[in-house]
Formats: sequence, C-alpha cells, structure tokens
Amino acid sequence: MKKDLVIIGGGPAGLAAAAAAREAGVEDLVVLERDQRLGGILNQCIHNGFGLHTFKEELTGPEYAGRYIEKAAALGISCRLNTMVVDLAAEGSVKKVTVMNREEGLYEIRARAVILAMGCRERPRGALNIPGYRPAGIYTAGTAQRYVNMEGRMPGREVVVLGSGDIGLIMARRMTLEGAKVKLVAELMPYSGGLKRNIVQCLDDFGIPLKLSHTVVDIKGKERVESVTVAQVDEDSKPIPGTEEEVACDTLLLSCGLIPENELSESLGTAMNPATGGPLVDESLETDREGVFACGNVLHVHDLVDYVSEEAASAGRNAAAYLQGRLAEKGREIPIRAENGVRYTVPASIDIGRMGETQTVRFRVSGMFRDAAVEVACGGQVLKHIDRRVLAPGEMEQIILKKSELEKTAQAGDPKEISVCVRT
Amino acid sequence: MYDVIVIGAGVCGCAIARELSRYRLRTAVLERASDVCEGTSKANSGVAHAGFDAEPGSLKARLNVEGSRMMEALSKELDFPYKRNGSLVLCFAEKDIPALQRLYDRGQRNGVEGLRILNREQLKKTEPNISDSAVAALYAPTGGIVCPFGLTIALAENAAVNGVEFMLETKVEEIQRMEGGYRLLTDRGSFETKTVVNAAGVYADRFHNMVSEEKIHIIPRKGEYCLMDKKAGGLVSHTIFQLPTAYGKGVLVTPTVHGNLLAGPTAADVEDPEALNTTGEGLADVLRRAALSVEGLPVRQVITSFAGLRAHEEGNDFILGQPKDAPGFFDAAGIESPGLTCAPALGRYLAEMLIGYLPAGKKENFVTERKGIPNMAMASAEEKKRLIASDPLYANVVCRCELVTEGEILNAIRRPLGAVTLDGVKRRTRAGMGRCQAGFCSPRVVEILARELGKDPGQIRKNEAGSEFLTGHDKDGIREAKER
Repeated sequence: MKKDLVIIGGGPAGLAAAAAAREAGVEDLVVLERDQRLGGILNQCIHNGFGLHTFKEELTGPEYAGRYIEKAAALGISCRLNTMVVDLAAEGSVKKVTVMNREEGLYEIRARAVILAMGCRERPRGALNIPGYRPAGIYTAGTAQRYVNMEGRMPGREVVVLGSGDIGLIMARRMTLEGAKVKLVAELMPYSGGLKRNIVQCLDDFGIPLKLSHTVVDIKGKERVESVTVAQVDEDSKPIPGTEEEVACDTLLLSCGLIPENELSESLGTAMNPATGGPLVDESLETDREGVFACGNVLHVHDLVDYVSEEAASAGRNAAAYLQGRLAEKGREIPIRAENGVRYTVPASIDIGRMGETQTVRFRVSGMFRDAAVEVACGGQVLKHIDRRVLAPGEMEQIILKKSELEKTAQAGDPKEISVCVRT
Repeated sequence: MYDVIVIGAGVCGCAIARELSRYRLRTAVLERASDVCEGTSKANSGVAHAGFDAEPGSLKARLNVEGSRMMEALSKELDFPYKRNGSLVLCFAEKDIPALQRLYDRGQRNGVEGLRILNREQLKKTEPNISDSAVAALYAPTGGIVCPFGLTIALAENAAVNGVEFMLETKVEEIQRMEGGYRLLTDRGSFETKTVVNAAGVYADRFHNMVSEEKIHIIPRKGEYCLMDKKAGGLVSHTIFQLPTAYGKGVLVTPTVHGNLLAGPTAADVEDPEALNTTGEGLADVLRRAALSVEGLPVRQVITSFAGLRAHEEGNDFILGQPKDAPGFFDAAGIESPGLTCAPALGRYLAEMLIGYLPAGKKENFVTERKGIPNMAMASAEEKKRLIASDPLYANVVCRCELVTEGEILNAIRRPLGAVTLDGVKRRTRAGMGRCQAGFCSPRVVEILARELGKDPGQIRKNEAGSEFLTGHDKDGIREAKER
C-alpha cells in the first residue's frame, strides 16, 4: 500500500496533525491508532479544563477529543483503529511503515511522509528503583485513571500518591471523589511537577497534604500493599535517616514523570534529544530524517492539550508543504542553545529561510525561579527579555520569535546560535 | 493411592514430574501457589551455567555439566527460549590470575568443554564493552542463558499432558507415615502415596524434618536483581561473572534470552522464607558491583528490580535421595545455583532413583514434544502472517512494549496448566514485562482473563489469594460511609 502521509497515533496530536494536513490539501493520508478508539489518553481524562486556549471553553478530555474526532470525520480522514505499527524504516526517501491489525493482517505502507504522534507512557515503579515487596496495589496514576474513569472500578481504598505530576494530582482528587481516602502526596523535588491550578483544585480543596522533598523508601505487603514508608530527602534527593514514616494504605499511585514513546523513532534512527526523550526537530518540526515530523507528547511532554493541538497542526501543515514541494530545502540551521536554567527547547534549531513569519519556541526550566526573566539572544544581541514572576519546571513556557528580528541579526553577521536562558 | 506425590512445582519438581511421566505411575504435584514456577524458580539469573564453579565430585558439579549438555536439545523438544551465549569470568588484578587458573582447572575436572583463559586483548575483542580494569577472563563457550519461566512451564505442561496431576493452591501441612507409604495432609484434604518427592525449595527442610531424624537446615539466601530495558540488552553478548575476591562473590551482568540486560544477585541470608522484598542497599549494591564489569552500565535503563531466595543448605551441596530413616521419601533439597541448569539432569537422576525403589514400566504413548505459545515479537514476517491467518487475534496487540497479542494471551490461558492470573499471563507471554511494566496492558489482560475464566474483573488476581487488582466499584467508599 502507498500513502502520501501516514500519521502514527490517533490521540490529540495525531488528529490535529491529520486535520491540518488535510486542510492544507493532502488527500492521501491515514491515521493509525493502536487503541480501539480515537482520542488517546484524553478519553480517560474526564475532568474539565481542556480547551481554554483552543475553544475558549472548558471541556472535559473526551469532549475535547470529540471535537477533533468529529473534525477528522467531517474532513473524511481515514483512521485505522486497533492498528499497531510494528516497525518503521526508511528506504531512500520512502518510509516503510509495517502495520498489523485484525482485519488486514500484517502489511506494509510505503509513505512519502510520516508524522510521529505516539504520545508518551508513565515511568513505572521499577524505573524509580523503589525497594520493597511487589504486591498488587502499585499502579501508575494513568492506569488507575483508566480503571476508575473508563471501567468504573476502584484500584484501591486507602491511597498514597508518589509524585506530584498532573495526573497524580488529578487522580488524588478523583480517588477522593470516588470514595477512597488519599492520605498524602509525596514529591521528591522541593517543588511540584504539576500545574499550580491542579495543586489548588485537587489537593488544597480536599485537604490532601503535599509533602515536598519526600519519597517512598519501602513498600510492605506480600499479596496487597499494606503500607509504604515515606521519608524526607536531602538536597541530593537521598532519604534522610530518621525521617521515615510508615503510612498504612492499600494502594500506591505513581505520578513520577512521563516518557515519550519513541521506540519507532529510534528504529528509524532518528536523532534524539536526551533532555526531552523525543526527537530533535527543526523549526518545521521535522526530525533529522527527511519527511518525518513529530508533534505532541512523543516530541516533548506537554501540560496542556491546547498546545499539543497547536504544535500538531503546525506539523501537519509542514508535512503538507513538504509533500507539495513547498517546504524549502534545508538551508542553514541555527542551533538553539538551552542554557542557564533552560532544560531544552523545541525546536532545537531554526532555519530562517524555512521559518514562518513567527516561530513558537517551547521550553521548560530546570528549577524554580522567582522574579526572573527569560532571555533570548542571537549574534550577540538580546532579542527578547521577558520578566517573569515565577518560572517552574511543571509549567511549559513559550516565546514567539519573529522572522524579521532574526533576519536583521543574520544580516549583521552570520549567527552561530540562538540562546535561550533564565536571567535572575 | 498415588505412586508418587511431588511437593513443589518449581523447576525441579516439574523436571522430576516430567521424567516420572515417562513411566506407568500415578503421579501428582502439589503446589501451594496458584501457578507453577512461583518460588525460587521465578527469580534467579536465568543462566545455564557451564559447570566450572562447583566443587569437583559434588552433585552440583555432576548435574550441572549434565544439565548444561541436555539444555539445548531439551529447549527444542519442549520449545522454550535458551541460548548458548558463552560465559566470561573476569579477573581484575594480576595477582588474582592464579585464582582464575584454579577455576579453569576445576572446570576441567568437572568436564566442562572448551574452557580457555583470555588475556586483556582477547577479552576486549570478545566483549568490547567489558571494563578496562579486567586483566584476564575465563571463557566458557558452553555457558548459556535460559528463560526460567519458559523452562519450568514447559516441563510442567509436558508432564501434565503425560498424565501428571497438578494440584495448585494446595498447601502441604503435615506428612504422616502410613502402611506402604505416606499421608500428606493439606489445606485441601489428605492424599496417600507410596512415595514422596520433596522439591519444596526454601521449605524443603520442613518436610524433610517431618519424616527424618537426620535433620537438615535450609537458609533462604536472598539475591536482588535489576533488569534493564532491551535498549541496553546489547551492551554485552556473554554472561559476565566476576572472579570471587576478598570483597565478595561479585555479581553477574548478562543479556537475557529476550534481550534485556540483567544484573545481580546480591547474597544475604534471611530468616523469613517469604522475604521477597528488595532493599535500597541491595539494589544500590547490584548496580555498583555490576558497573565494575562493564563500561557504561545504563543504570537509568532499569525497568524493574526483584529479589529471589535460594535454598541454601548448610552442607553446601544438593541433597538428593532418601534419608536412611525414611524409605520412599526422596529429597530434592538445598537446590540453589546452579539448580536451574541442573534441573533436567536432576529430574532424570531422581526419577531413576525412584524407579529403583518403586519399579515401573515405561509408557508407550509418552508425548516427548511440547509446542510453546507462539511469539509474535520474535516471529519472522512469514510466521507472523501464518499465525494471523490461523487466528486474526494474533494481530491484535495487547502489550505494546513486548508486542504481545490477544492470540498469544488466549493461547496462554487455554493451554494445559493455563494462566489464571496476571503474573501467569506475564510469565507465559511477556505481556507486562516491558518498559511500561504493564501500565497499558494490565487493564486489557484483566478484561481478557475475566472473560475467559468466566469471572468478574474484581476477582482477577496478580498472583496469590489476596492480590486482586481491583478493590471494588466507583463510589463504594461513599456508599459505605453513608451506610455507617
């Protein structure tokens, strides 16, 4: 089978990318989704707060996904469900996508362009090296969310949450609303990994304590969790002896980070960014493999789906431009250097010739900063200096660069890099 | 009345049962857990040792070399993953080379084939990522790796197909002598048998001591392990041991048959034969010691860690056969490393010994071969297509990390001694063994198990009674609070 464009993943990123590519004139495209329905992880996010930027209203996750599913249907986009991509390889400029599903068996799609939109997974207990027993009752927050929100089943009654990522915070509230007792949320770092609004609405409003600089150092219970031991950690995240506290519970939920699912990107040999766990992309969201684009949580983990949709639409338009021969040949890529408190940027480089009139650069900071500023410099000139009252690792930041500004700098001399940093 | 009752469905109990199933005997295996392979057999290095380590003349040495020789043919006969990848024992100091030489000599005496001592250059060439601080190594080309679940389950299934009765969740509480044999009292009634095989792992001393005055004492020796992502599996191709030094026995680093990287074990004697907990110190120790063997051990690629308990006996060798004062009671006790490797040979050894006591003819219809569960992840494109043509559910992926399909999971549930728990499905198919550690697939597997077993999802367990995955329905807690 041949296709102009294959989009791997039918979650918010894949759907927005598909819609944008179709609107930009790509007729021959397909979305491949491994689950039995479109919408990805949004389907289990039944709380509201989605779509404030995109639709100027507060939607639940399924409602937000529904908007894009309807749009894809209206645009006549072909979506294959229960379809797993088992391999991704390149043969010259052709991308070979090996696919498997019940109806069609195992087959290959030869694609001119591919958009990677596979999302991310949660970091499991094993990757956190939490010692103790291995009984039932230890779940990632997302797995618990699926049981509670999609299957109406409770994974536990007395809960400790480790990690204050957004899913953990949301699940602390959900478990409480469904009749469980959430005893505490422990967070290894001295700050939360989640959005401020979630700490207020999910913990503070329900009187759930958040213990910063704390972690779980032991799990007891042979068949089912009986207790976890929580301890304070020092500046190097090492447990402080004598601070251990055993908390009786039957469930430990983990919300300790998300990992972009890039096994397929890696099988293609795509260059990766160790800071994000996602592919390195340029201003067009194109990876170092020609005609392969990435967007959403597979590229870098987002907090807000609105930004995923926006980023994915941009990937979809760029893939369309590539297929239609409108995307300029790669010229001079100016690397963006993330430094002094900035952990990474997406994109990782900008080609002024290829960029649009403006370019959104998204990034995360590596620690808490108060009364600081974000500074962008290029060729010795400060392009932007934005004062910020608070910068937190849990909140993705973005700046918008103008093509005209960069062109001006480029004319003054050949800039080697663009730097993005925090000034305190 | 049974001819033989085997206590314990670990690798040894299953190997013995399989050998006994060649004979016209009424044989049963009693296992307290809900599945086979739930004790020492489930948590070990998965190494098929070459046999240079054991004391010459010991049962360990003899059965190790025999078991190592049997493993390849058996893996084909019973269709379980085994690979002869070769072993290396690293020596980190010139002054320790004589000790390496002694290990070589010991291996020669044990009859291990192909042993060679490699110098630094040869070693680096054989294994490029080996630590620069290794000065020499003993190379054993017959060393291998095996899937411990695969081996045990294959033996058990084949024994079952050949008529052995497996009684799971049946805990032996007492053994009484009776006219012409023994009576086993369990939590599911009593069973009478002419002979008993005691393959109870860390509990073997309890059963032995119920019938014999020659007391034995088994010490559970804990070993902690870290398992790394398949991305790290190619770091080394051989199983890398460390020459024991004054600082301890050292840990191994090895690829697994499924392509992960495994490091461990520690060794700590514990009181509690159920103490399968890992410890902060233990895990840190594993990673620290393993890092001595290889350059760039990817400690951030750990996807899970676990602990196993070896059944160490004070006499330091296997105890096989009848105590003088308990005829018809056959011990397979003190089975610690290299027990997994020895199991096929040990099964034969003990079965022959038992037949000497209780003569029986061989069956004519013994089924030698067993076909395992298809493995889509390892299958070639042609095999994949053939499987999907046979059943389209082989194209329906449930575990995305390990590419395990609904077809494989159904096969695991529906076969003899099929899976009834999440762990049972996991060990048979690898669903949930990958990098997300069952985050995505466990709800699906719960659903499939419930459907297949005709149960409510709330009854589906991780492994033993009390390990149910779900505790009830949404709002149960609120309803209960109101009722109060």
